[in-house]
Amino acid sequence: MIELNSQRLEDFKERYPYLKIFAGVTFLLLFLHLWYLQVFKGSEFRRLSETNCIRIREQIADRGMILDRKGRILAQSRPSFEVFLIPEDLKRNPEVLGKVATLLHLPLEEIEEKLRSEKKRPAYRPIKIKSDIDWNQLCLLESNLIHLPGLQVDVMPRRFYPYGTLASHLIGYLGEIDENELKERRDQRYRIGAFIGKSGVESFWEKDLKGVDGGRQIEVDALGREIRELGSVESIPGHNVILTIDLDLQRVAEEAFEGKNGALVAMDPKTGKILAMVSKPSFDPSVFARVVSPAEWKELLEDPFCPLQNKAIQGQYPPGSVFKIVTAIAGLETGAIHPHTQFHCNGTFPYGNRSFRCWKEKGHGTINLHRALVESCDVYFYQVGLKVGVDAIAYYASELGLGKKTGISLTHEKTGTVPSTSWKKKRFGVPWYSGETLSLAVGQGYLNSTPLQLAQLISIIANGGKIYLPQIVERVENLYGELIREYSPVEIDQVDISEETLRIVREALRGVVHDPHGTGAGCALKGFQIAGKTGTAQVVRMPEDFKRGQLYRLPLKHRDHAWFVAFAPYEDPKIALSVLVEHGGFGAVAAVPIARKVIEAFFHLPPSPPEKGPKDLEEGEYD
Amino acid sequence: MIDRRLFTHFEWRILGVVLLLSSIGLLNLYSFTSNGEGTLSPLFLKQILWLGIGLVVMWAVAFIEYRYYADFAYPLFFIFLLLLILVYGFGVITSGARRWIRMGSFSFQPSELMKIALIIALAKFYQKPPDRKGYSLKELSLPFLFLLIPVLLILKQPDLGTAIILILIFFSILLFVKIRFSSLLLLMGIGASLIPLGWSLLKEYQKRRILTFLNPELDPLGAGYHLLQSKIAIGSGGVLGKGFMKGTQCKLGFLPEPHTDFIFSALAEEWGLVGCLVVMGLYFILILWGLRVVVQSKDRFSAILSFGAVSMLFWHTFINMGMVMGMMPVVGIPLPLLSYGGSFLLSTMMGIGLLFNVSMRRFLF
Repeated sequence: MIELNSQRLEDFKERYPYLKIFAGVTFLLLFLHLWYLQVFKGSEFRRLSETNCIRIREQIADRGMILDRKGRILAQSRPSFEVFLIPEDLKRNPEVLGKVATLLHLPLEEIEEKLRSEKKRPAYRPIKIKSDIDWNQLCLLESNLIHLPGLQVDVMPRRFYPYGTLASHLIGYLGEIDENELKERRDQRYRIGAFIGKSGVESFWEKDLKGVDGGRQIEVDALGREIRELGSVESIPGHNVILTIDLDLQRVAEEAFEGKNGALVAMDPKTGKILAMVSKPSFDPSVFARVVSPAEWKELLEDPFCPLQNKAIQGQYPPGSVFKIVTAIAGLETGAIHPHTQFHCNGTFPYGNRSFRCWKEKGHGTINLHRALVESCDVYFYQVGLKVGVDAIAYYASELGLGKKTGISLTHEKTGTVPSTSWKKKRFGVPWYSGETLSLAVGQGYLNSTPLQLAQLISIIANGGKIYLPQIVERVENLYGELIREYSPVEIDQVDISEETLRIVREALRGVVHDPHGTGAGCALKGFQIAGKTGTAQVVRMPEDFKRGQLYRLPLKHRDHAWFVAFAPYEDPKIALSVLVEHGGFGAVAAVPIARKVIEAFFHLPPSPPEKGPKDLEEGEYD
Repeated sequence: MIDRRLFTHFEWRILGVVLLLSSIGLLNLYSFTSNGEGTLSPLFLKQILWLGIGLVVMWAVAFIEYRYYADFAYPLFFIFLLLLILVYGFGVITSGARRWIRMGSFSFQPSELMKIALIIALAKFYQKPPDRKGYSLKELSLPFLFLLIPVLLILKQPDLGTAIILILIFFSILLFVKIRFSSLLLLMGIGASLIPLGWSLLKEYQKRRILTFLNPELDPLGAGYHLLQSKIAIGSGGVLGKGFMKGTQCKLGFLPEPHTDFIFSALAEEWGLVGCLVVMGLYFILILWGLRVVVQSKDRFSAILSFGAVSMLFWHTFINMGMVMGMMPVVGIPLPLLSYGGSFLLSTMMGIGLLFNVSMRRFLF
């Protein structure tokens, strides 16, 4: 046990009187201050407490605008007049409730219900009973304000989207902040009932757009009228966000989808900037700028076409024949094939105890890689797939950005799926069957990708192997147009694929559009070189006797999805795009015309009737 | 082991003061947690339970001979430090801060116990006396480490209030055990020169936050509003108060956290100047008694130990009351024996237990 030391204890004893004096003085100070508050200012504070008349009037910051690359306003705020009641004041003036109900044409029970539902909140807090009242009602209320203690009319900014549904998924929408968001943003001073970006740019750039709320602390009289201001904080308006998209192109793309559902992504292959992003069906984001009724929510959520989902980044579909680009690259890079390797196609390919079909029943005959890509021969790629193997295909798919997020600044981006032997083992606990490699080689089976991923893939082919981060925001400016932040292109990586391989593939993709038998011939424009690839994603397996031309026989939800990816001009690509038409049938028929319209609009070409495609097209047999 | 003389030297009157303050705390808590329907709120019941546990812990702390604290001072410190680090791994987040460790249905703040561990560790270190002039800075490097590590950990939670209390306890003890005058000047010089440097390194919003912290009136919609409401609550109590269960300020939800940091405002509203004087008088008695324990102790260890405990009680009481009255910045520092909170009640009871411990043994050995 330690020896306790008793040296120099007298030092401590010396301090005793001083410590006592110190404690005495501090307690005296406390007492004096207490005296000041309770006796000297007691009556004033008692009056303040009895009338409970210190209020906070919030002043919500003006939310920044969202503009397109040419400065056209896609989202802005307009003033809206909101009506509040203060329960504390109503206690003394219960007759006000009936008057307000009459003036606003609201049933009395509805107002009482609203007040009841907010019982837990402090009684001095205003409760919103009606928002966005019109001019007549405003005048009526304002002129009667003196007879309506406890009523408060505030101006609040309300979100407004001048172009309605245009680019709605990209822009996103606002909604009332929920409990989780309140917790996460505790340090940022959101209040209950505040509006916050829920999706799209509105959500991802919330911090810039929001600004800083202000408000005033005021003293009111018994009728709720302001007597004096005790303090105030000015609100700071939010910043404006300028997007990379071009509203004109966006509009053309959306109109091209008329009557169809699906998604489109157009980007600059040399910077990764998104020029247009479409997801159909769309919704009107203005609906969310007020409180959405449960019935409206239900309708939106139960719509079978998922209007709230941004299919460009959240829709996951098998890429179909578009994936033959990847299979071809894997074949060339691993040395499994070279450009002149020939395979024979007679319409079917027997493997195991199954027979795998080519989309072209009569077969393509003996063809090389170029023709196989141009005419999208399934049997050719079945054989390439078998030679290369699943894991090599998976390697190049992931090298080209499939199976992982692109990193675009939008919430809820999906990864898609690139299957491999280890993936299947982990996912299902069973080994990979080589028959599945055949499906993979032509972009079916477990394989899934988003339209954005395919737009990025075709950009990589177009720009010679560079992976750019897809970008939707050009820059952020303050209210006065001064630059706050600029986003320059970000080159993430250079793919591990040789220049020669990419050149061979590019040439074949030009053939898809410009060769006589190309599946994408419908996209050919006079005097303009375009490269592309069609694709058809199976939704269900077709019955054995099913002929592809008889699409109309299937119910809509079982019809194939149509794909088309393209870039133009061939020599110096300025635009790369992917088009997906849900249940559209064949890529060549449904998706190609949409892409053509967008490319025409982008290069300001006069709209032209489609050049005559190969005769097969008329039979509706294109993949 | 337990000497009969211990009981003859036990100060029952001080125990009476402690129990009286705790009862006032419960009464006060009852007043604004009651919903008028006759049922007791879970908050109130939980506090009674904690009070029971607290009293048992106080007895236990008082009866273990303090020599043992000296023996195990450093291991004890390390164990509590580990608990504090554990908060990062298994801590529960409430109100945006990670301070709690959960054990069954009880949560628990290791930072509260750190105050006691620091006092014991410092008492052990300073029990070897300095030379005539006092401790030099070089000798003080270990105690500074004792302070710095927990303070940084607690600041990170973030819990500014507890960190400030640790710092205040540390410097109170440092002045008490005598630091060299030149070292003290140097320390103050370093501190003073760090302020402008640190200030220039801060970002704009951090500066703003500190300024509103020092002067809540700068933020009339947030801290300033709460402080004003607290002052209205206290002031409206007047001389005699509004009466038990009649306080309107906290009942109507004007006061922020009325059961923890702003408990004194609720008390002042209902019991007025008279009630406040009684409570302040009780605290004053407790602190003066603590100081007497310090001077009557028979060795350096127990003197410093009891001084640490007194300074903890003192700073909590003084800062809390000062802050709710608007005399000083609003930091989250609760009021001993009155504020709701189990961990804090435990550390307070341990502190008082240490004082009883030393006081009972002043005639032994």
